[in-house]
Amino acid sequence: MKELVKQLVETYGPAGQEGRVRALIEGIIRPYVDASRVDALGNLIALKRGSGGGKRLMIAAHMDEIGVVVTHIDKKGFARFGRVGGVQVQTMVGGRVLFGNGAVGVIGWEKWLQSRGVPAWEELFIDVGATSPDDSPVRVGDVGAFLRPFVDLGKRLVSKAMDDRIGCAVVIQALMEMKESPNDVYFVFTAQEELGTRGAVVSAFGVEPEVGIAVDVTHIGDTPEARPMAVSLGKGPAIKVMDAGMVVNPAVKQWMIDVAEKEGIPYQLEVLEFGGTDARSIQLSKAGVPAGCLSIPCRYVHSPSEMVDYEDVQGAVKLLRKLLESSPSFSS
Amino acid sequence: MDVVSVLRQLSEARGLPGYEDEVRACISGFYEPWADAVRTDSLGNLIALKKGTRPAETKARSIMLAAHMDEVGLMVSGFEKGFLRFTHMGGVDPRTILGQEVVVYGQRPLPGIIATHPPHVLPPEERNKVVSYEELFIDVGLPEEELKELVRVGDPIAMRREFIELAEGYVSGKAFDDRAGVASLLVCLEALQNLQHSWDVYVVATVQEEKGLKGATVGAYGIAPDIAIAVDVGFGRQPGVEEKESIVMDGGPAIAKGPNIHPVMHQTLVEVAKRYELKHQLEIIPGASGTDAWAIQVTREGIPSALLSIPLRYMHTSVETVCIRDIERTGRLMALFISQLDESFAEKLGLGEERWMPC
Amino acid sequence: MDALLKKLSEARGVSGNEEAVRQVILEAVREHIDGYRVDALGNLICYKKARRQGGASWPRKVMLAAHMDEVGLMVTGFNNDGTLRFGKVGGIDDRVLLSKQVLIGPDAVPGVIGYRPIHLIPRAERNRPPDFSKLAIDIGASNQAGAEKLVKLGDYVSFRTSFEVLAEDGLRTVKGKAFDDRAGCAVLVELLKGEYAVDLYAAFTTQEEVGLRGAKVAAYAIAPDVAFAFEGTICDDLPSKKDVSPVTELGKGPAITFMDRSFVADRRLVDLLVRTAEKEGIPYQFKRAVAGGTDSGAIHLSREGVPAVTVSVPSRYIHAPVSMLSLLDLEHTVQLVQKSLHNMEGGLGS
Repeated sequence: MKELVKQLVETYGPAGQEGRVRALIEGIIRPYVDASRVDALGNLIALKRGSGGGKRLMIAAHMDEIGVVVTHIDKKGFARFGRVGGVQVQTMVGGRVLFGNGAVGVIGWEKWLQSRGVPAWEELFIDVGATSPDDSPVRVGDVGAFLRPFVDLGKRLVSKAMDDRIGCAVVIQALMEMKESPNDVYFVFTAQEELGTRGAVVSAFGVEPEVGIAVDVTHIGDTPEARPMAVSLGKGPAIKVMDAGMVVNPAVKQWMIDVAEKEGIPYQLEVLEFGGTDARSIQLSKAGVPAGCLSIPCRYVHSPSEMVDYEDVQGAVKLLRKLLESSPSFSS
Repeated sequence: MDVVSVLRQLSEARGLPGYEDEVRACISGFYEPWADAVRTDSLGNLIALKKGTRPAETKARSIMLAAHMDEVGLMVSGFEKGFLRFTHMGGVDPRTILGQEVVVYGQRPLPGIIATHPPHVLPPEERNKVVSYEELFIDVGLPEEELKELVRVGDPIAMRREFIELAEGYVSGKAFDDRAGVASLLVCLEALQNLQHSWDVYVVATVQEEKGLKGATVGAYGIAPDIAIAVDVGFGRQPGVEEKESIVMDGGPAIAKGPNIHPVMHQTLVEVAKRYELKHQLEIIPGASGTDAWAIQVTREGIPSALLSIPLRYMHTSVETVCIRDIERTGRLMALFISQLDESFAEKLGLGEERWMPC
Repeated sequence: MDALLKKLSEARGVSGNEEAVRQVILEAVREHIDGYRVDALGNLICYKKARRQGGASWPRKVMLAAHMDEVGLMVTGFNNDGTLRFGKVGGIDDRVLLSKQVLIGPDAVPGVIGYRPIHLIPRAERNRPPDFSKLAIDIGASNQAGAEKLVKLGDYVSFRTSFEVLAEDGLRTVKGKAFDDRAGCAVLVELLKGEYAVDLYAAFTTQEEVGLRGAKVAAYAIAPDVAFAFEGTICDDLPSKKDVSPVTELGKGPAITFMDRSFVADRRLVDLLVRTAEKEGIPYQFKRAVAGGTDSGAIHLSREGVPAVTVSVPSRYIHAPVSMLSLLDLEHTVQLVQKSLHNMEGGLGS
């Protein structure tokens, strides 16, 4: 599965530019699903029909990652940029970005070595090695993603875009491994989550699920002097109870707990004091959908080096697979 | 109906966002004698239908009344040496909960106290500091091992507060935001028993308002009413709150005006209040009202909406205070408004059959 | 076109109270459309069937949107001295409110927003922005009772600004209020005069400035195949110390949005506009900042998703009492969209 993760995280796909990730996923899952389509926002929606008697489930993992977008190229060829999603300013200076056309840029700061403070966004620029707008390989409107290779630390995996390619990997792996299921499962690889869970809004409207589950990363509280949070790397996937965007339907939460306990999968319960996931949008679709979220604990979220625990990932695959194979017994 | 007794039961019932079971059961009991049908939707909104008696060959029309039944509260977020860490559900000022008694809903309800250091041990500069959630704990007085057996991360925590009657028709308790609104819906439902009305009335106790208007968003989509009125609480005048940012206690429902409100709905509510000499006031909201009405208005193809605010002091604390007369007035105003709804009103709102005006 | 823009600009239509603007528009478009309706939020939705054969089967149903509302103020209370308290409707920079003329309520009662004389302000305080809570509107009433005779609680307040042509030639600059988004309304009115091979649904929307609310319900009702929104957008081409993005520049043509805070534009629609501009020799620019939100933000999330793009007329000083634009940009915007709609007749490609 590590090879799948590596392939996914190293593919270029900032929010709104998910085409390459989508093509990669489409190719991998085709033999395992009954039908698939791409909607107006670029969500990939694949259906695997069940044996009957189950529910219509929507499983969502988002394809997009955070990035930057060029808004201006000055006379000397330096590019100014805007943010695509929740990029953190502390991670920028000296970092590299990769554009869709293959161009690479270095992020510079007007006050480099002159100030000890945190940069203001307006003080940052991208140096693509150009000397004027004419010889710049990028144009206004071009979108860049962090450039950072995948690293296998053995127990732990590090890369940019773990948020949420690791979720995509978990969903793909569960799809490939799953046995017979009573449920019609819609596997939705969503677009533009980082811009406000936009892909999930429209895909949930189309799918009309009876139950929805997002698979996404969550924060942890186990690094030195971290803000207290009862989620750690290596203690299993997390079952979300609440985040800033939603309260998980208690019946969905209980279903996830019951399956985890029955299968002996270690898990953690997650209360996140900020953030939100696609589950929020699924819950609010049409007349309402019971929705939950299976979270993969992740350190340094929204930095170019997001770290997950491989056992947590495998636990998430198993839990998702067992959920898909089971019959959600609660009423909706 | 004894509004004080109803509000006492509503107030003391538990109903945190997403965990409204107990208060829902309580409201369901109150709906029962007066509604033609009661159902719960997939997010937990409790919807009572009171059918209108409509003249033959007129179009079926409906109004949705919404008040939210969830209350702000807390949630277990972790453990530390036999104490509980917690966060808030829906905007609780941490300054208002020091020394507060709570109930932690674990395997069984556990009474607890929000822990504070006694002032004697605090250096003077600490005494004047605001305590943040990170520094607050809940103490349920149980040994660590037993605590971990009974409580899990994500268990909801409610304020523990007995309802009390104050002087001159004022009462105080927790969760009046927006159980006072729910009580006004019940007053309305009861009043409709003795009034003729031709429109169907959906009386909705919504969920998760405090978590971002969730219940109203999906409830309005599912019901798809022609028009809607949301009832919520408004900032009543109190010490420390200026006249310009508050409404008058015992001044009747505040009939809101602003972009969130359909002007014809506003105007008609004011007219009805004047006609029946019901005490009322205005509330001007230039932008987002932050209430269920904000979500309902933009549902589907748009729903003409109105908002009534019941004046309330000390919002989002466990000593919220209202005047019972304001609840009664709000309920009666809605009932009288509903009893005068007819097809000409629908036409006035542009809800006619003809979709496209020819040019 | 300046006559239409003058009427639109001088009409008063703060979010939630767009009636006057709706009347101006209806009068201007009535003879060019097949039907219209006004919905629960006050959106004016005009329908114009395809006038020519040969259009592709998709996209067939095209939504064009421009918002009628403008930012403004609302009366929230009376002071004992006869002045009015007010709140803001939509995003206004407090600093531009001082010493302005306003018109209040349906009877357009005139008033001014005054401030303490500079003589009385301590030196240290002069460097700070004004305290919004201390501002009031003076209508000349000597007490609360006098004010209540002229003004009602909840009355909408708009800036009192006249429209004027500043340059007859060249960029043909004009000044006036509310070019965000009466410029877009003017573009859309002009577009409705043309003949197309697709079915047009023109939505003149309400309450954009308080959260894209009109467009949300209009898009749900129309259920379009694709959508174009028209705006008067940020133009920050004043002298600047730094070589940074001006967002847009006056006179450099319509601004095409690739992304703003509210949405990512559909790549096919952006390409269509760029291709058309280059083929027809119409100047264009990109909106060069991820700033602001437009009706496209609500429309593209409607139902199962709608490919959308925003095209804007650069307007200096938006969200302030007086803004400025170039009629040349306005005309180029109309031309660009008109030709693009024609170029879309064969389909949108991939």
